[in-house]
Order: sequence, then structure tokens, then C-alpha cells
Amino acid sequence: MSTSAKAAAGHGRAELSEGARQERRLGLLLCAPAVIVMVAVTAYPIAYAVYLSLQRYDLRFPAQAKWVGFGNYGAVLSSPFWWQALWVTALITVVSVAIELVLGMALALVMHRAVFGRGTVRTAVLIPYGIVTVVAAYSWQYAWTPGTGYLAALLPAGSAPLTDQWQAIGLIILAEVWKTTPFMALLLLAGLALVPGETVRAAMVDGATFWQRLRLVILPLMKPAILVALLFRTLDAFRIFDNIYVLTGGSNDTGSVSILGYDNLFTALNLGIGSAISMLIFLCVAVLAFIFIKIFGAAAPGGEPERR
Amino acid sequence: MAEIVLDGITKRYPDGALAVNDFNLTIAEGEFVILVGPSGCGKSTTLNMIAGLEDITEGTLRIDGQVVNDRAPKDRDIAMVFQSYALYPHMNVRENMGFALRLAKTDKAVVNAKVEEAARILDLTQHLDRKPANLSGGQRQRVAMGRAIVRDPKAFLMDEPLSNLDAKLRVQMRTQIAALQRRLGTTTVYVTHDQVEAMTLGDRVVVMRGGLVQQVGTPQHLYDAPVNLFVAGFIGSPGMNFLGATLGNGVLRTSLGDLPLEDRARRVLEQGNVSRDLIVGIRPEDFEDAALTEQRGAGLVCTATVEVRESVGSDVYVHFTEEGGPAGSAELAELAADSGRADTGMQGHQIVARLSPATRAAEGEPLELWINTPRIHVFDPATGTNLTHPERAEA
Repeated sequence: MSTSAKAAAGHGRAELSEGARQERRLGLLLCAPAVIVMVAVTAYPIAYAVYLSLQRYDLRFPAQAKWVGFGNYGAVLSSPFWWQALWVTALITVVSVAIELVLGMALALVMHRAVFGRGTVRTAVLIPYGIVTVVAAYSWQYAWTPGTGYLAALLPAGSAPLTDQWQAIGLIILAEVWKTTPFMALLLLAGLALVPGETVRAAMVDGATFWQRLRLVILPLMKPAILVALLFRTLDAFRIFDNIYVLTGGSNDTGSVSILGYDNLFTALNLGIGSAISMLIFLCVAVLAFIFIKIFGAAAPGGEPERR
Repeated sequence: MAEIVLDGITKRYPDGALAVNDFNLTIAEGEFVILVGPSGCGKSTTLNMIAGLEDITEGTLRIDGQVVNDRAPKDRDIAMVFQSYALYPHMNVRENMGFALRLAKTDKAVVNAKVEEAARILDLTQHLDRKPANLSGGQRQRVAMGRAIVRDPKAFLMDEPLSNLDAKLRVQMRTQIAALQRRLGTTTVYVTHDQVEAMTLGDRVVVMRGGLVQQVGTPQHLYDAPVNLFVAGFIGSPGMNFLGATLGNGVLRTSLGDLPLEDRARRVLEQGNVSRDLIVGIRPEDFEDAALTEQRGAGLVCTATVEVRESVGSDVYVHFTEEGGPAGSAELAELAADSGRADTGMQGHQIVARLSPATRAAEGEPLELWINTPRIHVFDPATGTNLTHPERAEA
């Protein structure tokens, strides 16, 4: 991807020598297989989804299929269901990523400083990430089901947390945090390894306490790693589906935008509206990624080429 | 400014490895002490223990009369300069130098004044607003120094601060550091593996090997009276020449000839409990072209074939091979490995002599060499001890 982007950037320049042109042709040829695969598995479905989203296309009434332009988008954006789902998604994203960042940082520090049993600690921390999300979600669901669940048994009699909007969202966030904190911790651990030991020791001698070292030296030096971790997790969290699908099915206003898209596409079989929702999710994710990369670009390590 | 006392300091790692063994030293207020030795000798570990970056397994460490074994680095009031400089890359020079003061909640105006003053001393004033990444190696090194001096700490600890600089800059910075330390009068402990730095900078030098202190003394004392083979070989450049010798009839038989012994040395060697196989150490400058010396009678004259003649202007170095074969000792083997001599694959045993530039020595030609025999050292190959060490003879 990045190679083709570089080659494309080179187009703007004037007059290339014969050798340079040859080299670029070879570069383009070498990326061609990857580009073809990307087009086949990514670009085509996206383009088809765009095409579907511009039509009225309900599989129950295929005969009434009709080109409606941006009508589906208007319908979605004026619907309270979309805004409710977007609000729930945003809430889950912000809260779960924030908690994951703090917990992940703590875990990364523990793993970084662990003197003995380093391998054991890392394996133990990684177990939740290794479990299939749907399997984990089912075990959470059973655990919170009144009458049979061991966690539900701890609650006052008669409470069914998965049937209440706020409690259910809380449990969805819990399942999400439990599952993906290890991923965050691993990314942050990689960033932590980039902080030179002597710099931290210099801060110790300069009189910094643990918190001062973390806040004034370690975190600023880890900023690029933190932003990458946040970017990955935010984009992932925004597309949350499995946990909600299993835990609540999106009932009681706990559905995310992905659940809304699924319901329209596969339950209601409304390809037009469903595709429009998918496209809107795609746009949201693209905007999020753009914002992160803009911030990220400002703090990229390229600005300080020699990090000692 | 403070006195630092290391009393039986020992560092043992959990796996049982002994990094520093029973280190005893009193560093006087304002003194500049160098810890020198080959890599792995425990010099950096000792420094880190003084800084509080490593725990002390046994012994007590006192700074300014107070036992600080269990104090965190921040409570010891010491400043440290690291080999990699360890500057904070996200802060500019001003922020780097003022970091410790800001942590100590010093008044902003005071921090500024101190930083400006340090920058003036170190010639960094025009770089105060730049980030470390935009500075040259020498400038970074000075920022690291500045970070230490703005704090006006009880002691400076320096861990090979010059080894990342190129040779010319290293010599300049060495002079600057010496001048700075004298001017500030702050107690300084400086770690290096470079014996030239050790000799030129320190009031006193501590030579370490394998976690053990070998000898403590002024640079001149270490040079003139090394206690053992290791110190003798480590201090001085080019290093001392070692040859095998046997004792007999009051002379030392070597492949260069029979070296007469002074009365004092003879008394020590003839005490009876000394092995008859010995190692003789001769510094390169204790050779001279026999044609140029007026003291021919006082020493020994021998003949050798010059293999390499190197003229450095003020002196001429002459290399020749000694047929007797190298003097064997574990300490010499370690020295050779440390200096890289073991890797050059040179056959035979090279001797280096430093002669006056007036010498007529030519490559491939035989040369009469005079050896200043009263200045030779005699070592016991088994223990490495210098049998001709003055303190030993008096005892």
C-alpha cells in the first residue's frame, strides 16, 4: 500500500530520467498483485455497496427496485434509530477505549517491569485476546442470566442486568474491555520498550517520582505508540458487533450502528437502506482515522529523527 | 559538595554473580576520583550503587556523613551524566537543564538564572531553545553536563561521558571537564575504560578488575609503582613490556640478557619463598638507544633487530621480537584480550621501546639498546604481585 502511495506521489514531479522511469515501472509491477487482490476483496464490495445504497432495493419486493439517488441516506439520517445507535456506539467506543488505555498502560508497565515469570505474565494477560469473541460473549451472557449465571447470582434477586439499557451497555463495555485490553497492553508494551532505560534513570537521578517519570518522560516518549494503539482500538470499538449481538441482540436501545446495519440488511432484507447504513459507518470510521492521523502526523517521530 | 564513603560495598546478583566485591574507598570533599578497568570489572555497577540505581547487597554507603543505602536516587542529591547523555528528546535544552530544578519546585526565576548561567559556562546560550535531536554530539554532551551542574549537587557521577564522542572532541571535552570540576570543586566520581582519561583527569584513580579493587592511588603512583601485573599492564600507553625471567646468582636471566638486581630488589627476591620463574616488566621509556645514553654502565645493554620503527616526532617507537616467548599469566591474557591484542594474531612476543628522536634505528638493522635496570618491575607469575613494589620492600 505505502509503496503504491509513494509511487503515486512521485507522479507530480517533472521529467524523470529513463532509469527512474524504469524503476517506477518495476515498482508498479511489483505492487500490482497486491493491488489486484485488494481491488477484488475490498474495492469491489465497497463499490457494490455504494451502488446498492443508491437504490430502493428490498429483497421482499425485488420487483420494486429503483434508483433513488441519496434517498436512502436521507431516510437513515432522518431516522431516530440511526442517531440512537450512533450515540450508543460513540458512548461504548469512548468509555471502553478510555478504560482500556488506562488498564492497558498499567498492564504494560507490569509486564515491562516484571523480573520473574515474564513469559507467564504475558501469556496470562493475553488469554482473553485469544478467545473467540462470540464464545467469550456467550460465557458473559450465561454468567449474567438470572437463575443460571454465577455473576447474576451475586446481584439482588429479581435483577436482570441485560434487560436494562444502562446496565446492559455497562456489561457490553465490560465484555469489550475484558476482551481487548490485552491487545492495547501489547501495543503499549512495544512503545514502552522504545523508551531508553538511561533516560528513565536520568529522570530518577533528577529527582522524579514514579508518577512524574511516567507523566513527564515515559508518556511523552511513548506518544506515537499510544496514538497508534488508540487509533486501532477506536476504529475497532466503533464497529462493535459480536458482543452486542450475543449479549442483548441490540434490544432496549443497546444496538450499535453495526447492529442497525445488520438488522436492516439481513433481518429486514432491505439492501438499499442497509447498504446506506454500512456506507455511513464506513464514512464515520474514515473520518475517525483521518482525525487520528492528523493528530498522529503532528506528533510523529519523524519530527525528531534521533530519539535517544 | 560532600565526602563519599564506600565501606565494604558488595554487589551480588540474584543468580549469584559477584559484580563488585568489598569495595572500600573514602572520596574526599571536592576530589575527582576515576574508576577504571576493562568492561565487566564492576566500575559502572559501583557508580550505579552510589547513584542509587542499583541496590547495595552488602556494606554501607555514606554521602556527607549520612548512610544512604536505602534512599531513592532522588533523595541522594547527586547528579549523573550518562554515556548516551540520556537527554529528554521531547524537551528543549532549557527544559532539559532545568528539569531537576522544576521537579524540586524551585522558583521559576531562579531556575532560569541557573540555566542561563550554566549555558554561559558551557557555551550553550544560543542553543537553549533547540531540541536535543538538532544538536551535535559535543553539544549534547555539554547539555548533559549542564543538566548536572545547574543542580549544584553534592556529587557528580559520570558514566563514560566521553566515549560517544570522536577522538578530537574527546580530548577537548576532557580538558573542559577537568577545568569545570576544578572550578566548581564538586566531588566527582568518573567511570571510564580509557586509561588515558583516567590518568589525565583524576586526582586519584581506582583500578578495578573482576569486581575487585586492584589499586588506588594518584595517576603517577599507579604508573611508577603498580601493585600487580594487571595494573602495570593497564596503566600506560604503549603498555609495559613483559618477559619471562629466571632468578639465579643475583641476576634475572632473560632473553635480552642478565638483568642485574638492585640491593633492595635482591633482598626481596632472595627471601626464599619466591618462585624462581618470574616476569619482568619494562616500560617502553626505560629503553634507550645505547649510543645516546651517558649511563651505559648503570644499566644493561642488549642487541635486538628492529622490526618496525614508528616516529611520532617527539619520540621514536621501536618494535622488536623477543625470542624467549611471552610471559604467561592469567592477568596478562586478560589484558591482551581487553586491548584487542589477542585478536591481532601476531606471532612471537613484541617488545616496544620508546627512544629519543635522535636515534639512528632503522628497520631490519640490529640496534644496541640500553635498559634502565633500576626501573624494572619484577612480578610473581602465579599471583601477579609486584615483588619490587616499594611498599612491599619496606614491609
